[in-house]
Amino acid sequence: MSLSAKDKDTVKVFWAKVADKVEEVGSDALSRMLAVYPQTKTYFSHWKDLSPGSAPVNKHGKTVMLGVGQAVACIDDLNAGLLTLSELHAFTLRVDPANFKILSHCLLVVLSIKFPNDFTPEVHVSLDKFLAALSRALSEKYR
Amino acid sequence: MTQYTLQAHRPSNRCLWEGRRVALKVASGAGDLQTCTGKPRDSKMVEWTDFERATIVDIFSKMQYEVVGPAALARCLVVYPWTQRYFGNFGNLYNAAAISGNPMVAKHGTTILHGLDRAVKNMDDIKATYAELSVLHSEKLHVDPDNFKLLSDCLTIVVAAQLGKDFTGEVQAAFQKFLAVVVSALGRQYH
Repeated sequence: MSLSAKDKDTVKVFWAKVADKVEEVGSDALSRMLAVYPQTKTYFSHWKDLSPGSAPVNKHGKTVMLGVGQAVACIDDLNAGLLTLSELHAFTLRVDPANFKILSHCLLVVLSIKFPNDFTPEVHVSLDKFLAALSRALSEKYR
Repeated sequence: MTQYTLQAHRPSNRCLWEGRRVALKVASGAGDLQTCTGKPRDSKMVEWTDFERATIVDIFSKMQYEVVGPAALARCLVVYPWTQRYFGNFGNLYNAAAISGNPMVAKHGTTILHGLDRAVKNMDDIKATYAELSVLHSEKLHVDPDNFKLLSDCLTIVVAAQLGKDFTGEVQAAFQKFLAVVVSALGRQYH
């Protein structure tokens, strides 16, 4: 299920629309993940405030989305482009890779809400494939 | 020479379910096993908060079945093309446009959504409500139960687009919990 040329174009075009709402989208996706999948809160026990729209959630949402943006930029070689991030997740953060799927789903829900006309089934499938490929690249260094 | 004997394991009066040492009381008559807190427990029941019940009823009362159903099924067939295996007689599913415009897809999408009505009306016993449908999907339709999750993800996304800002994190949690219970019930009679 690798990314076709069409998938890559679709992702790049769509992500250009998301680019200026990166903090909003990231914060919403993260908030949703914490609400819908409470087990994910275990990774953030060091935060004072886990509520939607709180400072740490906003800041981290933006960080994560900038990471996704970085992946869009290196979409032709995700493994190479995300090497440092993969090492970070593997050796320092040690986030169980199952959670990448969870966050990806929450991100798709947010995109569906904020871009109801642009998030067509064709865009959805390309983005779903892209996020799966991103998750795989991020898990590269785990073992 | 020292003889080693095996010490018989003495069972303590440990409440197996709560892990605390209490005397297990078996209520007379009904024979219901009580938990340590004294509340009768029906291991089958899913517990719904008032918010969750109200949210599910609200979402479905406002839902346009003929819009949401077709959109969700079409999206599933596009995003997870292997699900098309179950719809060999639906005609043209060649590309996204064909799928989205296919009248059989639309009709079936609506049917599926109306099927969810039963769960909404019987939230306290979805498992029993769907026993027959589960047998149907397993024995007659031979649907891999993993597909139920794929469709429910697509349904979540379509409903999110419909409700917009109103589809908050809490609403999403309630909706996904409901769909998870439905998916579990539908997979129950597979063997």
